[in-house]
Amino acid sequence: MAAKPKLWYFCGRGRMESIRWLLAAAGVEFEEEFLETREQHEKLQKDGRLLFGQVPLVEIDGMELTQTRAILSYLATKYNLHGKDLKETVRINMYAEGTLDLMMMVAVAAFKPPEEKEESLALVVKKAKTQHFPVFEKILKDHGEDFLVGNKFSWADIQLLEAILMVEELDASVLSDFPLLKEFKTRISNIPTIKKFLQPGSQRKPPPDSHYVEIVRNVLQL
Amino acid sequence: MATKPKLHYPNGRGRMESVRWVLAAAGVEFDEEFLETKEQLQKLQDGNHLLFQQVPMVEIDGMKLVQTRSILHYIADKHHLFGKDLKERTLIDMYVEGTLDLLELLILHPFLKPDDQQKEVANMAQKAIIRYFPVFEKVLQGHGQRFLVGDQLSLADIILLQTILALEEKIPNILSAFPHLQEYTVKISNIPTIKKFLEPGSKKKPPPDDIYVRTVYTVFMP
Repeated sequence: MAAKPKLWYFCGRGRMESIRWLLAAAGVEFEEEFLETREQHEKLQKDGRLLFGQVPLVEIDGMELTQTRAILSYLATKYNLHGKDLKETVRINMYAEGTLDLMMMVAVAAFKPPEEKEESLALVVKKAKTQHFPVFEKILKDHGEDFLVGNKFSWADIQLLEAILMVEELDASVLSDFPLLKEFKTRISNIPTIKKFLQPGSQRKPPPDSHYVEIVRNVLQL
Repeated sequence: MATKPKLHYPNGRGRMESVRWVLAAAGVEFDEEFLETKEQLQKLQDGNHLLFQQVPMVEIDGMKLVQTRSILHYIADKHHLFGKDLKERTLIDMYVEGTLDLLELLILHPFLKPDDQQKEVANMAQKAIIRYFPVFEKVLQGHGQRFLVGDQLSLADIILLQTILALEEKIPNILSAFPHLQEYTVKISNIPTIKKFLEPGSKKKPPPDDIYVRTVYTVFMP
């Protein structure tokens, strides 16, 4: 029996959360090793397990994968969530990259001083409302299908749901002008593997708080 | 006859330069539309030509591709620059992602405050010498092959060469401790399509200057 994938990261969202979402959505059980001390991180580096000295690290299929996007791309392909041909794949990639940009802004904001953090998060909500969500609303409207690409569940759908929920944590009314995205959110949330991930007790992580920021700063010596 | 790809971006390196490198290395001729005014950008946005209202944008194969990495992956896939299987592809992807992180420092550099620019050159040099170059030096030493992955030219080689040459412009002796990378730089530079791109008169853009910085502010500042 194949070993479960193992994730090495802090006990929080950061750059690993999209990977957790993808694995969970694909119905793949995974283990996690949480970094809490500088020593743990240094050991990973000294043992040569981190290609460029950084986490996220995902041990899977006999490989030690680093670089968030490379990991996501591998998983999407492996679990048939990356489209049926090059044209579908590039669309999925564009949509996923767009939502990843948005979510990275939220992840980075947690480490800014309070005023800057508020400004950054307000900008995320603004970008979501003006730059990202209108695009996905239109895509869904134009083809009238359940999923973003190729009438089939893909990585792009998982990323979009993750982004929607993340922005809703900042502004609960953010979908008020996007009826199709509201339906999309309900529909994708009800996919059994995702529904399970959204329940308490899953490996989904909470929004970053000051405790999380402190741990990361301490481990990475920021 | 297929139309040439068309690149939409200001007349300078920025986030489009990697795309120019990969197209050139693949021997693909392309056209460019240079953004010089806010009105031109507005026109692209109003005409719904930019998925998330941003450039780079590349018109190719009947699509309007955005998101740098999505564009690079599409071209690499199409022109067999992404390895022979998923494992090679993922390795290439990890190398590219790491190199792009380093290249990002170069992309942002001209837009830093003058006082910060000098410090940042030292930071780039340190990152290159401590985090990135040793990895690639070891890879090349380890397999003794001409290319980073699978004994054939890939996206990883192209982006690494681009980054090495850009760093050498700022820090001429940056490869002094890396004999394999020095040899590698010469070998990859001599690949006919790349050699042509490195000659005067090609579409390779010069290092960012004040005119480029001013153009970027003109086009993108609200």
